[in-house]
Amino acid sequence: MSVLLIAEHNNKELKPFTLNASTAASQIDSDVHAVIIGNNCDEAAKALSELPLIKKVIQVEAAHYENFVAENFAPVIVKLAENYSHIISSANTFGKNLMPRIAAALDTSQISDIIKVIAHDTFLRPIYAGNAFATVKSKDAKKCVTIRPTSFDPCESSGGSAPIEKADPGEEFAKTKFIKREEVKSDRPELGTARVVVSGGRGMQSGDNFKLITSLADKLNAAIGASRAAVDAGYISNDHQVGQTGKVVVPDLYIAVGISGAIQHLAGMKESKVIVAINKDGEAPIFSVADYGLEADLFEAVPQFLEELNKLNTIQK
Amino acid sequence: MKILVAVKRVIDYNVQIRVKEDNTGVVTDNVKMSTNPPDDNAIEEAVKIKEAGKATEVVAVSIGEEKAQETVRKALAVGADRGILVKTDGIIEPLAVSKLLQKIVEKEKPDLVFMGKQAIDDDCNQTGQMLSALLNWPQATFASKIEIKDGKLEVTREIDEGLETIEINVPAIVTCDLRLNEPRYASLPNIMKAKKKPIEQLNASDLGVDITPRIEQVKVEEPPKRKAGIKVSSVAELVQKLKNEAKVI
Repeated sequence: MSVLLIAEHNNKELKPFTLNASTAASQIDSDVHAVIIGNNCDEAAKALSELPLIKKVIQVEAAHYENFVAENFAPVIVKLAENYSHIISSANTFGKNLMPRIAAALDTSQISDIIKVIAHDTFLRPIYAGNAFATVKSKDAKKCVTIRPTSFDPCESSGGSAPIEKADPGEEFAKTKFIKREEVKSDRPELGTARVVVSGGRGMQSGDNFKLITSLADKLNAAIGASRAAVDAGYISNDHQVGQTGKVVVPDLYIAVGISGAIQHLAGMKESKVIVAINKDGEAPIFSVADYGLEADLFEAVPQFLEELNKLNTIQK
Repeated sequence: MKILVAVKRVIDYNVQIRVKEDNTGVVTDNVKMSTNPPDDNAIEEAVKIKEAGKATEVVAVSIGEEKAQETVRKALAVGADRGILVKTDGIIEPLAVSKLLQKIVEKEKPDLVFMGKQAIDDDCNQTGQMLSALLNWPQATFASKIEIKDGKLEVTREIDEGLETIEINVPAIVTCDLRLNEPRYASLPNIMKAKKKPIEQLNASDLGVDITPRIEQVKVEEPPKRKAGIKVSSVAELVQKLKNEAKVI
């Protein structure tokens, strides 16, 4: 029994969640191989071979793998799958887009977004946006599993020296063409991986007032989040949305400012280690998940918060 | 051009989910049911394309119990021309749904199949991609913008890093994000009109597909509760707690 991990990368570097997925893969079986599909991706393949958990790297390269089109990737993995009992990837947009194509081709019922490995065939996964946890057992001979990256610690990234084998590329799927990718560039930590997240909700009242959130985030070296209400009201762009239909975040510190705490928002942040809520409505549901609740007008509290932080000289970067 | 839209009946997104005491699932009796939210976006987009004169027919299909007919009827009330209900009982996994949809696609021969990117009950996010693999068609998942350009679609996809644009040949599968459009409400006259639109009923067992579940649902539980927190009386106290007690700043 061996596990095949699908590495996520940008042809130069590994994407950080590959480390979390490696940890999950190693909890299923210690014989973890990783496949990296790309174009001129030697650097990323080398980084992958240095993960101590990885026993072998399979590198597949062709020009049509440059942009990670699922229709091109899936047949490569389906071909490799005969040697493996499990195929693993992250349940982010990369893995969500790709894995079901592989599972269908292998006639396997995929298990999505697991948060815990219970046994090689049994997993824990959230359903109903995390409002219930299901323990599920796969009866398929081959298992396709996507893992929620934030539920597994990243593995060590150096010290290993797995052999890198090259495998032949497959044909190009001509009916899908990549055109462009517009990545949101920011000096801030990424929302999905930030240690601290400061989020604003409808209580911010305007996009202009989001400056308060920005200042607080600057001070704490935090990513900026938002509730769906704030996004729908046009205060901030949708890539900041935390919740069922946005991103699921698990930072060490989550600060919810002017967010009432709708079910959909809580689904995206309630696993955070420490939650702070600032809201003038003492009955707001956000207080039911907050470790520290401050019932106050955010327009007074946030400037005071900044002032207090300025007094501290040990802000962790 | 003909568009097939798959819609799923799920517990309404505003309902607080309750786990059954025997841990076999969640309570669905006397609970408000609705169309899976991003499936509403899928229907809206198909109807808009038809209104723009770029599609001739919109067919809504649902797979599920008898009552899923209401979900198909709602799609008809916002502009779909006719409906198909494939009746099944019990849990039906995305792999089985995609195999049933494949049969419907072979029969209906649509140019495009739309559906929501994910159902908010099982949160699987699989069906569109699986159907696309079974048909060997191109897929555009998490679509937030769709443009039709002579026999091709240009689709903007919401990915973790930002936005991605791809071009796909028709026929194709598109799974829709909530930000694709603003679904309309059904007007009363249209709800009345929808009652006269045809819904073809089929039994899953007649389609020659093995839909036996491959995944055993061992148990369903409440997620662990967060321990109750405290209210602080001032910002100064909050900062002190964060620094000295939680040690996160």
